[in-house]
Amino acid sequence: MPHPTSLSSFAAGARDTIPMMVGAAPFGVIFGALVAAGPLAPWQGQLMSLGVFAGSSQFIAVGLAAGQVGLLVIWMATFIVNLRHMLYAATLLPHVSHLPARWRFLLGFLLTDETFAVMNAYYLKHAHTPRGHWYFLGSGLSMYGNWQLWTLLGLLFGTAFPQLQTLGLDFAMVATFIAIVVPQLFRLPQLAAAVAAGAFAWFLRGLPYKLGLLAAILAGVGVGLALSHWQALRRAARSKA
Amino acid sequence: MMYYTWMIIGMALITVFIKAAIFMLGERAAFPIWLKEALAFVPVTVLTAIIVPMVLAPHGQGLELSWRNPQLVAAIAAVLVCAGTRRQLLTIMVGLLVFFAWQFGVLGR
Repeated sequence: MPHPTSLSSFAAGARDTIPMMVGAAPFGVIFGALVAAGPLAPWQGQLMSLGVFAGSSQFIAVGLAAGQVGLLVIWMATFIVNLRHMLYAATLLPHVSHLPARWRFLLGFLLTDETFAVMNAYYLKHAHTPRGHWYFLGSGLSMYGNWQLWTLLGLLFGTAFPQLQTLGLDFAMVATFIAIVVPQLFRLPQLAAAVAAGAFAWFLRGLPYKLGLLAAILAGVGVGLALSHWQALRRAARSKA
Repeated sequence: MMYYTWMIIGMALITVFIKAAIFMLGERAAFPIWLKEALAFVPVTVLTAIIVPMVLAPHGQGLELSWRNPQLVAAIAAVLVCAGTRRQLLTIMVGLLVFFAWQFGVLGR
C-alpha cells in the first residue's frame, strides 16, 4: 500500500506533479499576457482558465478571437484540439470506474496532459490502490491552482505593461507553439502532416471565418494518416520478403 | 464583450463534455482505432496551421519572405534551437530574444 491515508495520497499526488507545474508556469504567464494585450477583458481570461482549463485550446481561442472569427469555428477548433482528453480518459477509466459519479466528473474535469502523464505512471506502479483517486485529485487540483495563479500573474503583468502589444507580444505565442511542435517532427508522418497543414493554412488563409484553418487541420491529419499507413505496409512487406 | 463571454462558456461546455464523458459513461464507451491514430496528428497540424500565416505574413497582407521580417527571422532561430536542443523554455527565450533584438536592434523600429 503506497499511502496509508487519503491526505497522504493527496499530498503525494500534488508533490509528484510539481515538475509539471513548473513546466506549465511560463505558458500560464504568456497566456495571461496575451489576453491582456488582446480584445478580451482580464476577467474573461481568468474565466477561461477557470472554466476551460486546457492550455493549447485557450491559446488558440485568444489568437483567433483577435481576428473576429465566427464562434462556431472557435468551438470546432476547441473540440478538435481537446479531443485527445478522451483517449486519456479511456486509458485511465479502469482505475476510476468504481467511483461515485461526482468523483468521476471532478477527476474528468481536472484531466490535463500533465495529470494524465502523472496518473498513467502512478497506476502502472500501483494498479490496485484503494486511495488512488485521492492521488489523482492531488495532482489535478494542484495543476488547476497552478494554472490559475500563473494566468493571474500574466494578466497583471500584461495590464501593467500595455505597450507589450505594440512590441509584438503575439510572437510569444509563435515561439511557444514552435517549442511544442518541433520536438514531435522527428518522425516522417508527423513532419509531413505539419508541412501539409502549414501549406494549406497559407494558401487558404483568405477563406472567411478562418475556415482555412479547419481545412488545414483535416489535410494535415489526412497526410499523416496516409503516410503512417504506407510506412506500416512497407514494413510488413519487407518483413515478409 | 458578450461575444467573448459566450465564446468562453461554449468552450468550457465542450471541453468539460470531452474530458468527463468517458469517465461518466463508463465501460459503454468504445474507441475506433482510426480516431486514435488521427488524434496523434492533431497537435502538430493545428499549431503549425496557426503560426505559418502569422510568420510569413505578419501584417496580414502579402508574403514577407525577407530578412526585414522579424517574425520570420526569430521563428527560424527558434526552430533551429528547438531541433538542436529539444528544450522548450530555451526555445521560447531564444525566439523572443531574437525577435526583440531584430525588431529594435537590427531594424531600429
